Amino acid sequence: MSDIKKFMFVNRKAPYGTIYALESLEVVLITAAFDQDVSLAFLDDGVYQLKKGQQTKGIEIKNFSPTYRALEDYDVEKLYVMKESLDARGLSEDDLVVPVKVLSQAEMGALMDQQDVVLSF
Amino acid sequence: MLHIVNKSPLVNSSLETCLSVAQGGEILLIEDAVYAATTGSTFEPRLRDALSNFKVYVLQPDLDARGMGDRLLAGVTAVDYSGFVDLTITNNSCQSWL
Repeated sequence: MSDIKKFMFVNRKAPYGTIYALESLEVVLITAAFDQDVSLAFLDDGVYQLKKGQQTKGIEIKNFSPTYRALEDYDVEKLYVMKESLDARGLSEDDLVVPVKVLSQAEMGALMDQQDVVLSF
Repeated sequence: MLHIVNKSPLVNSSLETCLSVAQGGEILLIEDAVYAATTGSTFEPRLRDALSNFKVYVLQPDLDARGMGDRLLAGVTAVDYSGFVDLTITNNSCQSWL
């Protein structure tokens, strides 16, 4: 297929406080179904979406963090997390539910520049 | 007076404004504001300072939902939903910093 485009989903919101994180995940899965080149970027509070140990029974909202682990089944394997955002929140790669590539701010910016479509959540 | 904050401290100024304006009393951190009461965040020193002027509470179900149950800052008290209700009753007034 010659019309494969590079899609990047930019996630900057914490999970549960708003609907953005879940909506992003839904659109990612839709996009993946169309055999596009999909990347997910996690910046600012978006890195909290990937935090291990989420237990949502008490707030009666579905815990969607296991879905990030299922993304590779949809050939979505490019997950990028910004180092400065992890550091500011006292988090490291070991705190995340999936393997990710940690990028500096500059590297993240360069990667954004390479995309055909950027969707912000 | 009870101050209720529901926004993350690193991307929104609600909690910072609350801490600057309020002259004491009780603060309840709910929803994304619970991140303010976690260890290792750059906001941690700011909240530590606030503990000398305020009694700070965090809503446990919101902390657990975000996978932060094991990172609660010492000196902050976790409450459940009935504890939330109790705080609204024992205080004369409430301010929600939306």
